Amino acid sequence: MASAYTPGLKIVGKARFEKDRKLPMRGTVHVKKGERVTAETVVASTHLPGNVFPMNVANILGCEPKEIIEFMVKKVGDRVKKGEIIAETPGLWGFFKNRVESCIVGSLENISTVTGQVILREPPIPIEVHGYVDGEVADVYAEEGIRVATYGAFIQGIFGIGPEVVAPLKMVARDPADVLDAKDISPEHKGKIIVGGSLVTAPALARAIELGVKGVIAGGYDAFDLKEFLGYDLGVAITGNEDKGVTLVVTEGFGKIAMAKKTFDLLKASEGRKTSINGATQIRAGVIRPEVVIPIEGLKDQDVSKSSSMGMTVGTLLRIIRQPKFGSVAKVVSLPEKPAHIDTEAKVRIVEIEILNTGEKLNLPRANVEIIEE
Amino acid sequence: MTNLAKKCLGKKFLAKKALTRKVNPVDIEKIESILATDCGSTTTKAILIEKRDGEFRLIVRGEAPTTVEAPVEDVTKGVLNAVSEVQELVGRQILTDDGSDIIKPRQGNKGVDFYVSTSSAGGGLQMMVAGVVKTMSGESAARAALGAGAIVMDVMATNDGRLPHQKIQRIRHLRPDMILLSGGVDGGTTSHVAELAEIISAASPKARLGIGYELPVLFAGNKDAAGLVKERLQGKVALDFTDNLRPTLERENLMPARLKIQELFLEHVMSHAPGYPHLMKLTDVDIMPTPGAVGDIMQLISRRKGITVVGVDIGGATTDIFSVFQGIYNKSVSANYGMSYSISNVFAEAGMENIMRWVPFAVDERDLRNRVKNKMIRPTTIPSLLEELVVEQACAREALRLSFDQHRSLAVGLKGIQQERSIGDVFEQTMTGQTLVNLKDLNMLIGSGGVLSHAPRRQQSAMMMIDSFLPEGVTQLTVDSIFMMPQLGVLAKVYEQAALSVFDKDCLIYLGTCISPTGVIKDGDVALEASVTMPDGAVVKEILKAGELKVVPLPVGQTARARLKPTYGMDMGNGDGVAIEVEVYGGVVGLIFDTRGRPLNLPKDDRERIKKLQSWNAALDMYPKL
Repeated sequence: MASAYTPGLKIVGKARFEKDRKLPMRGTVHVKKGERVTAETVVASTHLPGNVFPMNVANILGCEPKEIIEFMVKKVGDRVKKGEIIAETPGLWGFFKNRVESCIVGSLENISTVTGQVILREPPIPIEVHGYVDGEVADVYAEEGIRVATYGAFIQGIFGIGPEVVAPLKMVARDPADVLDAKDISPEHKGKIIVGGSLVTAPALARAIELGVKGVIAGGYDAFDLKEFLGYDLGVAITGNEDKGVTLVVTEGFGKIAMAKKTFDLLKASEGRKTSINGATQIRAGVIRPEVVIPIEGLKDQDVSKSSSMGMTVGTLLRIIRQPKFGSVAKVVSLPEKPAHIDTEAKVRIVEIEILNTGEKLNLPRANVEIIEE
Repeated sequence: MTNLAKKCLGKKFLAKKALTRKVNPVDIEKIESILATDCGSTTTKAILIEKRDGEFRLIVRGEAPTTVEAPVEDVTKGVLNAVSEVQELVGRQILTDDGSDIIKPRQGNKGVDFYVSTSSAGGGLQMMVAGVVKTMSGESAARAALGAGAIVMDVMATNDGRLPHQKIQRIRHLRPDMILLSGGVDGGTTSHVAELAEIISAASPKARLGIGYELPVLFAGNKDAAGLVKERLQGKVALDFTDNLRPTLERENLMPARLKIQELFLEHVMSHAPGYPHLMKLTDVDIMPTPGAVGDIMQLISRRKGITVVGVDIGGATTDIFSVFQGIYNKSVSANYGMSYSISNVFAEAGMENIMRWVPFAVDERDLRNRVKNKMIRPTTIPSLLEELVVEQACAREALRLSFDQHRSLAVGLKGIQQERSIGDVFEQTMTGQTLVNLKDLNMLIGSGGVLSHAPRRQQSAMMMIDSFLPEGVTQLTVDSIFMMPQLGVLAKVYEQAALSVFDKDCLIYLGTCISPTGVIKDGDVALEASVTMPDGAVVKEILKAGELKVVPLPVGQTARARLKPTYGMDMGNGDGVAIEVEVYGGVVGLIFDTRGRPLNLPKDDRERIKKLQSWNAALDMYPKL
């Protein structure tokens, strides 16, 4: 029987998901291998020295640098508050004093009688790495972080923007073809990850940000709106660092495209569950796709769905991923061995398909379909 | 190396350092069946070459999506899929029963004798640059990277307001392909440069291209800081050095850094991909970067025919341009102009107007943007509607134009010459040196790459090249028949006879000759009078008007003598209004008279522009219907 390879994104109801959670600099790992963690657990942390602020005390007091040591109210190592006096001249009979006030909250680090400068330092800056998903520690990287693992639903999006967020999942669309518009989003969606159908409009995304929605998952998003949203025309798809107040995961593509039924059903079945999403996308060799992870308590290794062979044979369920009939679900009727001409007159290897809801038969390039894992 | 391998591969091969690292011994006299693949960023192409009636010929070609994405994430899988298509088409077994390996050497009717491959699967070049002062060395570094064809993902500087950990996190998140570290004028600060090197060292960026890949870091800063940089980064990254790109505050010296970036890109990034070590085990000689292999073929053509050439290989992520002028070979890799991964970048860089100027029908902007972005996120798809093909070919024209502009700026006579820059013009990018590329001297334009080789009609390939390169005077046009120059390039290193045999008989398609006077005169006025003496002695006389395209058929393999008299205001290469007499070459398209003028100006009015495009398309019978 003829068969052909075709790639596809992962949409799995029961999967094992693993991810590294590492500090940017060496620090302390707070959890042990095998320990249960939540998405919010601080799994590793470190402190960076605070910022330094030099103050020319001699200049402000109008004295010689070597004299400032006599006028210092605070000593090296003392904590200081903003506005607190750190140096003061005695003045004349208690009047006409010159004073130097701290410009920060922090500590006094150094007094220089050579330059007349006093160095103040802000408190150390804590850097924390969280668990990202509810799960357990699969591995520990000493002084660096951990590898977190969980079982649950796992959906790869096609494109996304924005960083990791964790929140309960809320269905807004009732059908995979529904358009998510501003009127569909209400204050009850604050702090949630909401699910649209075939498209999230620009006003909807703006409304989501306004109301404090943490994330949006939708089938499609308009490329024109993306340009307006980002403020520039995205050339190479490398995203994830955007600070727009919401994370977006697009599951199908640009434009209005009904969300794949399998994806929609999976999300619907998970409504209310704590969900972790990440919009980071890098479309180049070593591809990174945006992700939706919905941990499910009680799942084990033996429950995990087996990965598909990626092979396409007669009867395989497909999705069309380019015009015409972009987004339609179909099944393979035949896989002709010899290349054939298509509308453009190009001679390519084709697949004969039948669109499920209309019964329409089409010949399409094999490159323009992807397998839907059942 | 064994004596057998030496005998098989010859002196020429042994001289090639890059290929001496790995050679599987094989008796070259016994080779009758060769499998060659090219792993592109988007598609993996496999060709089967076999000896038939005493000569090597192309037998079949197969292709499959390149597999650099989860769940497979191993370029070898794409190779095996493409070979699987080859075996299906040829009707005999090449892969082992489990499909995990290539049967070698041939066992009766199974397998092949030899397997070679090229790769550009690593895709484009995305860089981070670093400098001490953001608006000084930081900006110079960004200009050097952009000039080398890279996307600049971030400019890191000591004074950029970010804390060290934020910079480290940024490097880790972005996974740059290369970092250009600059900073400090010669004799200036070294401590700040050392600080930047420490940040890069601490970031220890995760390789996007898998195990065995080392991140290239190029230092082009204060020469006095080189030792400090070496101390901090040596052994942790693939560290390289070049001249300071900002030796003094007033002077910018970008060319050495630009050329070094191109070199490092080819060596460290482009050919690598997830699963690359696995693929290396399958091949009989080391995998060659695709531009190197295609460049060799371009030079071979120039050398054998004694002509000047400009060649192009347009891929999914990158577009490589090659030229040989005055006997000097130049190669440039525009790392982010291409037809799939980089199509959105072409759109962003060229702008909507420049893309649309080639489309002979109205398109809704939202719809067009969605189509372009969808191609970017699903790079392996192909147009199956005619309108989509036309839009993709419009994008190709702009990708070619932008890449050729970049090539011209890199193909200069004197490499590394310095450009004086005053404080006043630090924000302007200026070219150094004079380009060697002179279109009036160009004999042959050669096209390769999916969009050119697989264009349904050869006229489309010819016009894409003409519109983007705008050849001047008399230029022969050729195209790689089925996109196999990379494979023949690497094969020629090992078995030149086999590669040349296939190249001569199956690879190069002669499209014809483009005849295009330079200059601009009023549309409709006579631009050129042509008198062509055909091989049978018949004389074809043509009067060409400005703004026209016309084809005179002249079959492949035939030459004709042409007298070409431009009108005043137009130039065929010998001066304003001066006639020339030349040989012109036939092809599958024929003689293409392009009197649209140089520079080519399209009507500003949409209706006028569409009417023009339609008339040109009709003149060349470009599309079946639109």
